[in-house]
Amino acid sequence: MAEVLVLVEHADGEPKKVTGELLTLARSLGEPSAVFTGGANTYAKAKAYLAEYGAAKVYVAESDDVAQYVAAPVAEVLAKLVGEASPVAVLVAATADSREIAARTAAKTESGLIWDATAVSPELVATQGVFGGSTIVNSKVTKGTPVIVVRPNSTAPVAAPSSPAEVTVDVAISDVAKGAKILDRVAEAKSGRPDLTEAQVVVSGGRGLGAAEHFALVEKLADTLGAAVGASRAATDAGWYPHQNQVGQTGKTVSPQLYIAVGISGAIQHRAGMQTSKTIVAVNKDPEAPIFEFADYGLVGDLFNVVPQLTDEVEKRKG
Amino acid sequence: MNIVVTVKQVPDTWAEKKLDAADKTVDRVSVDNVMNEMDEYGVEEALKIKEAHGGEVTVVTMGPAKAVETIRKALSMGADKAVHLTDDALHGSDALQTSAALAKVIATLSPDLVITATEASDARGGVMGALLAERLGLPQLTQARKVTVDPGAGKVSIERLADNGYALVEASLPAVVGVVEKINQPRYPSFKGIMAAKKKPLTTLSAGDAGLDAGSVGLAGAGSTVVDAQLAPPRQSGTIVKDEGDGGVKIAEFLAAQKLI
Repeated sequence: MAEVLVLVEHADGEPKKVTGELLTLARSLGEPSAVFTGGANTYAKAKAYLAEYGAAKVYVAESDDVAQYVAAPVAEVLAKLVGEASPVAVLVAATADSREIAARTAAKTESGLIWDATAVSPELVATQGVFGGSTIVNSKVTKGTPVIVVRPNSTAPVAAPSSPAEVTVDVAISDVAKGAKILDRVAEAKSGRPDLTEAQVVVSGGRGLGAAEHFALVEKLADTLGAAVGASRAATDAGWYPHQNQVGQTGKTVSPQLYIAVGISGAIQHRAGMQTSKTIVAVNKDPEAPIFEFADYGLVGDLFNVVPQLTDEVEKRKG
Repeated sequence: MNIVVTVKQVPDTWAEKKLDAADKTVDRVSVDNVMNEMDEYGVEEALKIKEAHGGEVTVVTMGPAKAVETIRKALSMGADKAVHLTDDALHGSDALQTSAALAKVIATLSPDLVITATEASDARGGVMGALLAERLGLPQLTQARKVTVDPGAGKVSIERLADNGYALVEASLPAVVGVVEKINQPRYPSFKGIMAAKKKPLTTLSAGDAGLDAGSVGLAGAGSTVVDAQLAPPRQSGTIVKDEGDGGVKIAEFLAAQKLI
């Protein structure tokens, strides 16, 4: 069976959930080969996870060069492996970093690129929801090796333990790929919450919150549910919450099992980033808010009463 | 500083966007078209850098004839001149072809800095900055929420957005910089700016003028093809309840019934 390359998404070696999703998807397309790229001595933390999700092979490209420069070195590694392994497809996660890497890889290998796929058939037909999910497009790469950028939460990760063969990649990064040097990484947000695009549950706040400090209500509910926190553009424009958390037409696209919109009207700008969520719950005091036209459960009321009560009730039920 | 900024004309953000029934490309005919909202941040950043360090801002776009409206907007905001790559043969080009075409045009301008936005609101690829860097062989400084240029040292550095903060990234000039929404407050064109824009130099290039091989551009040469496309079934509205003082409990009951808690 032909190989399917899967770019491992990880944080300092710890694989992210989307990696298991991509390996699960890759198993339906061919023989999954994980491509691990990271700084020196980071692979050890990923090894067991990649075996658990059925990688038949792991290409290990450990080098400080791939960690210290933006996008270009990893694209060189992937392009080199495409040349050597002749895979049927390359799968990468739809994160800001990896979609850039995917694009550069497609350019280097003169291949077609499809982004934001939510499904890929064994015939390599990729499904995308375009225009914020209002149109469903099935498309196929017609040139080179299909490079497909897959949305997190598109495939349920299923373990399939294996004993992958490890192949050490000789990493020789060109000078031109070492143009954009990462001097420092600065963490600003207190983490501990799941990544917005990977989360199973997202709680988002909007204009109805009225002030930055009221996001505490949203955060408290999110933490009770183990959820990520999102924000509407109105809220980030007002400076109430960081831009990284913006969900919508401009901002992130999320597709969790449960999306709770707090004080968000649900205009097209926001809807485009969340309407493929499995279940949508909305709290808004305006009964005419467009969000009620597509929410599965809508509560017309004052969020300052409803949200704390919901948080307490969830807490109570957790027992 | 010789600054190039790329812009794209797209269907209005607030319009219901559709695919053309015949060739499955974005329908740009039945909607109002505007400058991609994100590009306004790119133009503003270019103007700010010019104002701080001197130089010239050249707007580059690829698109149909009417994309000249978007060029005019950038010029009325304060850009100095523009290049419009337009040719029926380019219709249907994908991001890879578009990046190759734009790179060819941009290279002839020998910029110190190429500025792009993060994404266009129609295709939402978020890849053009990376692709231009790849094609031009320049450092990729994308996802920038802050840009600092030091022309004396020949350096540019950015704060690159990350999930929980940012990375400080530095490169030598020339470089490609991709800016995110909210990096600045894009200016509105002034009346004077709008009048002045009409007199600013605009170069129109065909695919041939730009040295592009006709066989490599457009829908026929694209790297992927649409098998089929249809409108998604509209999401139905569910249960809407008015809060009677127990709204939070009601939601929890709904979540429990759905096995979500």
